[in-house]
Amino acid sequence: MQSKGETMKIYADNAATTKPTKKVIETLMHYTEQVFGNPSSLYTTGQIAKDALEDARERIAKHIGCMPNELYFTSGGSESDNQAIMSAAQNGLKNGKNKIISSTFEHHAVLHVLENLGKQGFEIVLLPVYEDGIVRVEDLENAIDDKTALVTIMTANNEIGTIQPIKQLGEVCKRHNVVFHTDAVQAVGHLPINVKEQNIDMLSLSAHKFHGPKGIGALYVKKGISLQSLIGGGAQERRKRAGTENVPGIMAMAAALDEALENLDNKMAYVANLRDSLQKELSKIPYSKVNGNLDNRLPGILNICFEGVEGEAMLLYTDDAGISVSSGSACTSGDLDPSHVLLAIGLPHEIAHGSMRISLCDKNTMEEIEYIAQNVPKVIERLRIMSPIWKDLQEGKKEHVI
Amino acid sequence: MLYSEKVFDHFRFPRNMGEIADADAIGEVGNAKCGDIMRIYLKIDNEVITDIKFQTFGCGSAIAASSMATEMVKGKRLDEALQVTNKAVVEALDGLPKNKVHCSVLVEEAIKEAINNYRKSQENKAE
Ligand SMILES: Cc1ncc(COP(=O)(O)O)c(C=O)c1O
Ligand SMILES: [Zn+2]
Repeated sequence: MQSKGETMKIYADNAATTKPTKKVIETLMHYTEQVFGNPSSLYTTGQIAKDALEDARERIAKHIGCMPNELYFTSGGSESDNQAIMSAAQNGLKNGKNKIISSTFEHHAVLHVLENLGKQGFEIVLLPVYEDGIVRVEDLENAIDDKTALVTIMTANNEIGTIQPIKQLGEVCKRHNVVFHTDAVQAVGHLPINVKEQNIDMLSLSAHKFHGPKGIGALYVKKGISLQSLIGGGAQERRKRAGTENVPGIMAMAAALDEALENLDNKMAYVANLRDSLQKELSKIPYSKVNGNLDNRLPGILNICFEGVEGEAMLLYTDDAGISVSSGSACTSGDLDPSHVLLAIGLPHEIAHGSMRISLCDKNTMEEIEYIAQNVPKVIERLRIMSPIWKDLQEGKKEHVI
Repeated sequence: MLYSEKVFDHFRFPRNMGEIADADAIGEVGNAKCGDIMRIYLKIDNEVITDIKFQTFGCGSAIAASSMATEMVKGKRLDEALQVTNKAVVEALDGLPKNKVHCSVLVEEAIKEAINNYRKSQENKAE
């Protein structure tokens, strides 16, 4: 699928991962080459690394509104989610609490842990997210009780980008004296976050979602909540996370977050404008539907379904045009079911198979948006010509769902 | 890479894609719920497949397998066409990733379905 003009190379899958900035790569290089000491070593080479580490911790803590000693470095979002949930579950058990409340469209790093806890006897309650992809505060209010050990609700969804009423959910938890964790992997670096103002007790973040390196992240845990270590060994991270610290990764994560939050308001407005322009263009494709609440969404995410086409085929043809996007179709997951997020917002299977997620960042340009807007309709048309479903829809033998 | 060059070639340039308005038989399998639908159109003359077209709603391997399979059975006698297995189609594509083989299975079934439908219509004519 080549366009008539030149083929551009466009990365528009920033919710999957982001491109590290120059500053991030320089920081990685510097702390790999020049500051390679072990922070646990007592001589100067080690202590320089230790000081750097603590400086990074302070900067990141400040960005999310917590104290440096409330922040633990981990290998990323998945580990932070696992550690937060397992710790809160254990703490709960000690107090005779065995219920955990979450939502149906959490990331698998949350859902799989909850599934395991369910097998171990925990009562897992998954709140609905409705057609707009938003958890209702009243639903939490109705579900929470004195048996509840933990509430974990993501700040923003990774597929449709919808932003949850975190402050209000946290307020309910606070009133009931229940620990509130949020997977903010898609939100940190993209939205203003303040754990104190938003009533958050635990928060997961991951550097590679805000132009930092992969394999590094952090977990915020409010002072007073006891944390269980998943990895035994040395005394790093105040005995909560063994293993020699990934100093280059941590320094680069701090640099990435500094950069991401610089002029955040402007960046959010810029990215939202790109996204809205693209949405306007792609919505012109007949029988398409934008997913998730349009007003409470990450600025960069557009999730749209096209009737009569399959997602993986769509993604491969757009790749041929030089555009990297993703899809929630079954065949991109290697599963028989399409994305659990799209099913959670009530999309019928056949529509969920034809979804496309475009996730933009402030490095994308309007020229790229125009190119995507030119090429995606061609891909859809090409696949619809091939599709027996589209033929039946056209001939009225099958009813449109969109 | 996810797919072989052959798969990409058939996916990018599908052979025999489309429909036959005056087909002698049509076979359709799959459903949109599980993510794949294939429809096969046949022109048959004297027990030989003289023309074949496909329409597929499905992933890259489903489309590539449809394209390859139609090439493999075109010009064959019906009893020969029935011998073309999914395994042979996958081999002709230089293989598919393990979790993608199921996406190609429907082609064999769709061709069989079309031939069965043809046989039934012939029997009805004879009666
Ligand atoms: C919402 C959410 N949570 C958790 C993760 C996992 O993060 P990581 O890849 O750093 O383990 C991701 C990213 O894939 C995500 O989008
Ligand atoms: Zn498939």
